[in-house]
Amino acid sequence: MMNCEQATQLLSVGMERKLKLKEQAELKMHLLICSGCRQFGQQVQQLRTIIRATKDSSDKPEEKK
Amino acid sequence: MTDDFLQVSEREVGELRQQMLAFTRLQLANDFAAEDIVQEALAGALKNAASFTRQANLKTWVFAILKHKITDHLRRQYREPQQDLLDECKNCGHSDDQIFNNELFDDRGHWYADAKPQRWGDADRMVHDEQFWRVFDTCLAGLPPEQGRVFMMREFIELDSDEICAALQLSTSNLHVLLYRARLRLRECLEDSWVKAGEKRS
Repeated sequence: MMNCEQATQLLSVGMERKLKLKEQAELKMHLLICSGCRQFGQQVQQLRTIIRATKDSSDKPEEKK
Repeated sequence: MTDDFLQVSEREVGELRQQMLAFTRLQLANDFAAEDIVQEALAGALKNAASFTRQANLKTWVFAILKHKITDHLRRQYREPQQDLLDECKNCGHSDDQIFNNELFDDRGHWYADAKPQRWGDADRMVHDEQFWRVFDTCLAGLPPEQGRVFMMREFIELDSDEICAALQLSTSNLHVLLYRARLRLRECLEDSWVKAGEKRS
């Protein structure tokens, strides 16, 4: 059975490459029973979203004429 | 509008320059290149002062230019990898990281109760919360430098894994380790300094 340390690693790696089917299945099982890791997964995605949102709003300053 | 820009005091420009340098150094291994890029970005901002409007906060404006300069630099580096770059991997087995993990996870690898991630507020509110971004800057600056650098190259500049690995002469698996550690530390710091501190404030 996967533990939280391994689950959080997979959640992070999953943002960089597609997980293998076996990894996906084990991670899914773990997330079903672990709210901490579910939150971790949401938070790291949320960080990506908000960092990109700030960038879009201040992008391409040279064109702001 | 140009006048508004010129009203910024020398002290403010000095502070801004320091913030820009800290930000750039985080992402480039080379201090000389960082100085050059900051200088270019500041010069570019002054040259385009006429298009700087009141609505745009000075810092946001200058940093937007800076981000483009850093992106250009990293992309150039990607095309012509520097041989003298250090292999960041020697930092991959940081003993501090093991100690940090031991504070989060028990010996079976499960979250300690007080380290377990809590629910955060919604993303839209965070984007526009200045307090949040101040905490974010502090947390980012607190990461081991090689972790902060790859995190920002990946999330902010949005380089892909291959580009980062080529620029820093890193293997893909080591990049993934560094990104994981950066995310683990950053979210922990944000939760402690922003989410939990916010609960105490309200």
